[in-house]
Amino acid sequence: MKALYSLFLVFALAALALVGAGALGMEKAFGLYIPFLAVAVFVVGFCMRVVDWGKSAVPFCIPTTCGQQESLPWIKQSTIENPSTTGGVVMRMLLEVLLFRSLFRNTKVDLHEGTRVTYSSSKWLWLGALAFHYSFLTIVLRHMRFFTEPVPGIIAGIEAMDSMLQIGAPTLYLTDVVFVAAVTYLFVRRVVVPQIRYISLVQDYFPLFLILGIAFSGIFMRYFAKVDIISVKQLAMGLVTFSWVVPEGIGVMFYIHMFLVSVLLAYFPLSKLMHMGGVFLSPTRNMNCASRKFRHINPWKFENVHYHTYEEYEDEFREKMVDKDLPVDKPLAEGAE
Amino acid sequence: MSDLPRPEALFANIDYTPPKADWMDVPVEIKPGRYCYAANPDSVNYVGLPHARKWNPLDDDWKLPENWQEIIFNGLRERLQKYRSFKIFMDICVRCGACADKCHFFIGSGDPKNMPVLRAELLRSVYRGEFTTFGKILGRFAGGRKLTPEVLKEWWYYFFQCSECRRCSVFCPYGIDTAEVTIIGRELLNLLGLNIDWIATPVANCYRTGNHLGIQPHAFFDMIDFFCDDIEDITGIRPEPSFNKKGADILFITPSGDVFADPGTYTCMGYLMLFEYLKREYGLDVTWSTYASEGGNFGFFTSHETMKRLNSKMYMEADRLGVKWILGGECGHMWRVIHQYMDTLNGPEFQHSRMEVPSNPITGTVFKNAASTKMVHIAEFTADLIKHGKLNLNKKRNANIHLTWHDSCNPARGMGLLDEPRFVAKSVVEKFTEMPEGTIREQTFCCGGGAGLNAGENDELRMMGGLPRANAVKYVHDKYGVNMLGCVCAIDRAVLPNSMQYWVPEVDVCGLHELVANALVFPGEKERETDLRGEDLPGMEDE
Ligand code: SF4
Ligand code: SF4
Repeated sequence: MKALYSLFLVFALAALALVGAGALGMEKAFGLYIPFLAVAVFVVGFCMRVVDWGKSAVPFCIPTTCGQQESLPWIKQSTIENPSTTGGVVMRMLLEVLLFRSLFRNTKVDLHEGTRVTYSSSKWLWLGALAFHYSFLTIVLRHMRFFTEPVPGIIAGIEAMDSMLQIGAPTLYLTDVVFVAAVTYLFVRRVVVPQIRYISLVQDYFPLFLILGIAFSGIFMRYFAKVDIISVKQLAMGLVTFSWVVPEGIGVMFYIHMFLVSVLLAYFPLSKLMHMGGVFLSPTRNMNCASRKFRHINPWKFENVHYHTYEEYEDEFREKMVDKDLPVDKPLAEGAE
Repeated sequence: MSDLPRPEALFANIDYTPPKADWMDVPVEIKPGRYCYAANPDSVNYVGLPHARKWNPLDDDWKLPENWQEIIFNGLRERLQKYRSFKIFMDICVRCGACADKCHFFIGSGDPKNMPVLRAELLRSVYRGEFTTFGKILGRFAGGRKLTPEVLKEWWYYFFQCSECRRCSVFCPYGIDTAEVTIIGRELLNLLGLNIDWIATPVANCYRTGNHLGIQPHAFFDMIDFFCDDIEDITGIRPEPSFNKKGADILFITPSGDVFADPGTYTCMGYLMLFEYLKREYGLDVTWSTYASEGGNFGFFTSHETMKRLNSKMYMEADRLGVKWILGGECGHMWRVIHQYMDTLNGPEFQHSRMEVPSNPITGTVFKNAASTKMVHIAEFTADLIKHGKLNLNKKRNANIHLTWHDSCNPARGMGLLDEPRFVAKSVVEKFTEMPEGTIREQTFCCGGGAGLNAGENDELRMMGGLPRANAVKYVHDKYGVNMLGCVCAIDRAVLPNSMQYWVPEVDVCGLHELVANALVFPGEKERETDLRGEDLPGMEDE
């Protein structure tokens, strides 16, 4: 049901663009204003969210340690999984952000005859997530050729690499294939695995469909509808240089694509997609694990905390302590007053 | 454990397929055997926590204060500001499900609300529904819901089914620690007086007498004295421990579980023997405290504030006695608190001039990793002694033991104490076999103690939660003949014996220093015929 809602929502959005930019001829709105607004919402929203997180305190040093601590000199420390230096923390974060280290560890539980439980390595999610994020990144970078003049060598290089196989005309991008496959996998997984379906919300399906919609509209445009690339570039360059123009006859597919991208951008800061920013701020991963060595300061103070002092304790139990020859601070007679 | 089903039956009931209905539509059903009794109002009152009253989780009416929602909202708002971890964890979970099957309570019960992601989602949905614009407008469509009494009951039921072991966090791509969420969830529940008695009463006891069973100083002394009698019987050597001694070198603090319940008591005898040995051979002066006689910090299960109030005793006592540093016994969450909270909570203002960076006067080793807290784990300490050849050990005395090692969650995932205990264990036993990968070190499974520790009333839950650990033990038992499970946690020693008895009855549980003491050879001791448990030593059986 939730998946259907989300699918329907994405169709509705596409239809909106189709009618708006096509039948109603609002090319300016769909080509310029909405994308511009979306970028603004994205940038401002993203920053606001990060600042909002940043405003919350980090009172305690609570990293999850995933390896041997720094200890006696002859015990080998796991400097990345249990770092006690900034360098180690940086390495830990890099592995996490670039290679999804924690997902790599993933296992799957199974029950067997009798009372046996087993755990087997399960790397599909890791692979799917990695394929998804890296192809997404490549595609975003590739698109930079629309916004730059001259196109930087690195972007041209990425593009050349991506169309290495030289299939079809225009040549097929490898990332397009990987991307669609990865998103599809992430979606199918959500529907097929009962536990994952159980925890999935509309917000989990919606971005997947939206992204899939963006991918399909883009692919359709490139390989089938064949929109006018020159005009697209003209529009894109106009957007970034603030000399807004809408060239004639780009084709409605382009506006659908652009609109879905805009929705994604605007939706981003409001949603779980913010994990992109949050991953860097997660205290269980980005803190130094040497909390016995270096003191971590809590920025806020506990108020009105009363301690049970030794004096109070001795006053209550003095007699019993003296009875057992346990040392006391005040002799019995004095305490009895 | 009378009405507990047989292990095969309990196991056969595990089903990982969630119900058809959406989880928000599945009402909470508080099942006997899976929850602990409500906190005794006297205990709640004693430590000044609000809304102490008699209430019963099975009743419809939980006698909530009138403005309970407001209390929760204010509490939640405050904590979102105070804990970045909490705020981020509320916002960035992508529900990828990597953590779903990592929780021992889910593995053993199949209850989908025991999947860490969903456990946190119970709170997250309310956060979304009541605190975010999106959720307020779109409600359920945005995954939000309102805070109702049913939701509150669900929180209570499932947050106390989390043992805050952090296993889920290891697998989460963002390090989302569901323990952090349930710690705060429990803090919120505490604002309404909704604790369980297995936490509230130990907290009150620790506060008053220094230890969780409420043992007063004279009785504490008697218990230790009694161990000394036993040790004398077994070895011919009588330890003479000191208590509350000003000017001692080191203050020793261990969880009081070691002092009062088998098999922790054997570990406690182990400490006594080690210290006696060090005193006789090297003149090391270690003292015990009756005031700070609890290492385990039950405040950790209550609120950060209560944790601070209990923790402060350690430094206050070290300061009063003028010791150089503190040695900590084998305990789980005590060490999580020491490693990650203590210095922040009760740093310099409680730690006065006399404390030094810990160093072992016998070996000269400086524990640089504890430079600020001034507190060393006894596994680190003993490993150092053994490495420098300072202990005379005879492994043969443990020849009847085939050991495997349980990494207790908190030392494993809260500090990374993995190789020190292994080094010590391998130095004192001949046969040692690791459990399978994926069930040890940072991926270790919780004993399943959960909130209820050793409570009889939630034994079904504890057996379910204990399944993954017990299962890995069963594997090495069946395959290699392992018969002993070692650990460095008093809660483990309280919980694991029951769960072993249930799932793998042939395997026993012990602490690290019980094994050390068995192997430790005193000059001039009599020939030992039994181990600390009074069981015949190999080769010394009565004919
Ligand atoms: S692994 Fe982390 S992100 Fe994934 S569902 Fe669990 S808590 Fe959420
Ligand atoms: S019991 Fe452990 S694994 Fe389960 S939710 Fe709590 S912290 Fe996570």
